[in-house]
Amino acid sequence: MTDHLHDNCKALLGSLSEYIDGELPSDLCREIEKHLEGCDNCRVVLNTTKRTIDLVHITPEEQTVPDDVRERLFKRLKLDDYLNPQP
Amino acid sequence: MSITTTPEISIDALRAGDRAEFARMVDVHSALIYRLGLKMLGNPQDAEDVLQNTFLNALMHLSSFEGRSSVSTWLYRIASNEALMMLRKKQPVSIEDMQAEDSEDGLIPAIFTDWSALPESELLAGESKSAIDAAIARLPEQLKIVFILRDIEGVSIKETAEILSLTETNVKTRLLRARMALREQLSVYYGERMPRKEKND
Ligand SMILES: [Zn+2]
Repeated sequence: MTDHLHDNCKALLGSLSEYIDGELPSDLCREIEKHLEGCDNCRVVLNTTKRTIDLVHITPEEQTVPDDVRERLFKRLKLDDYLNPQP
Repeated sequence: MSITTTPEISIDALRAGDRAEFARMVDVHSALIYRLGLKMLGNPQDAEDVLQNTFLNALMHLSSFEGRSSVSTWLYRIASNEALMMLRKKQPVSIEDMQAEDSEDGLIPAIFTDWSALPESELLAGESKSAIDAAIARLPEQLKIVFILRDIEGVSIKETAEILSLTETNVKTRLLRARMALREQLSVYYGERMPRKEKND
């Protein structure tokens, strides 16, 4: 009955995103968790997908636009008067 | 998603030609738009073009902006279109891109190395950060834009759908494909770097 198992994994993978985002109803979550207990591969896929999402967070240097880029942008928009650093 | 400490951008002030308010809008939203350009196009020069063109476009179309969507949704829509347009000029839509939406391929995981327990310091060490960026860059554009908005920038499914003129279901499907494709690539990368030690736990 490997086909059956495979279908279960496929079904789980189809709802993986929503499961990770906490958007599934609790009965579906329980069903998924039950499958995860007995399926190593799906557990790995879940954990590594979660980790993938964790890793793409914005770094501190990406929080702001570089000063020279901002300056050229303000000039292009003829907003030079407002270039002084924001409070 | 919104910056809680600053008051909402006033659409009325913008439309009345308030330059200070426009400048404030630029400062509130330019970091996200610049990052979007960087991740979509992969280089600072193109990201700067996306940034400038987005606000020039916004300035030009201010009078026709009716405020039915929020200012951020409106700006991110302009920015996304700009980035996608520039990308297509550089590299016409590939077969992979066309398949990205309906093929099942990317949805079936093939690598089951569990690297998830490695500490973040290790996962982001050395060249790993650029390997992640490169993996994002390789995503088909329609998946990449959804992934950037939702998972990197934390925009909601609903707003992502509005920005890209997609249904929420469509956004969810693309997000899943993007996440799975990226997971697969990172699994290859980290799989080659996993310490080959015996597991005792
Ligand atoms: Zn399974």
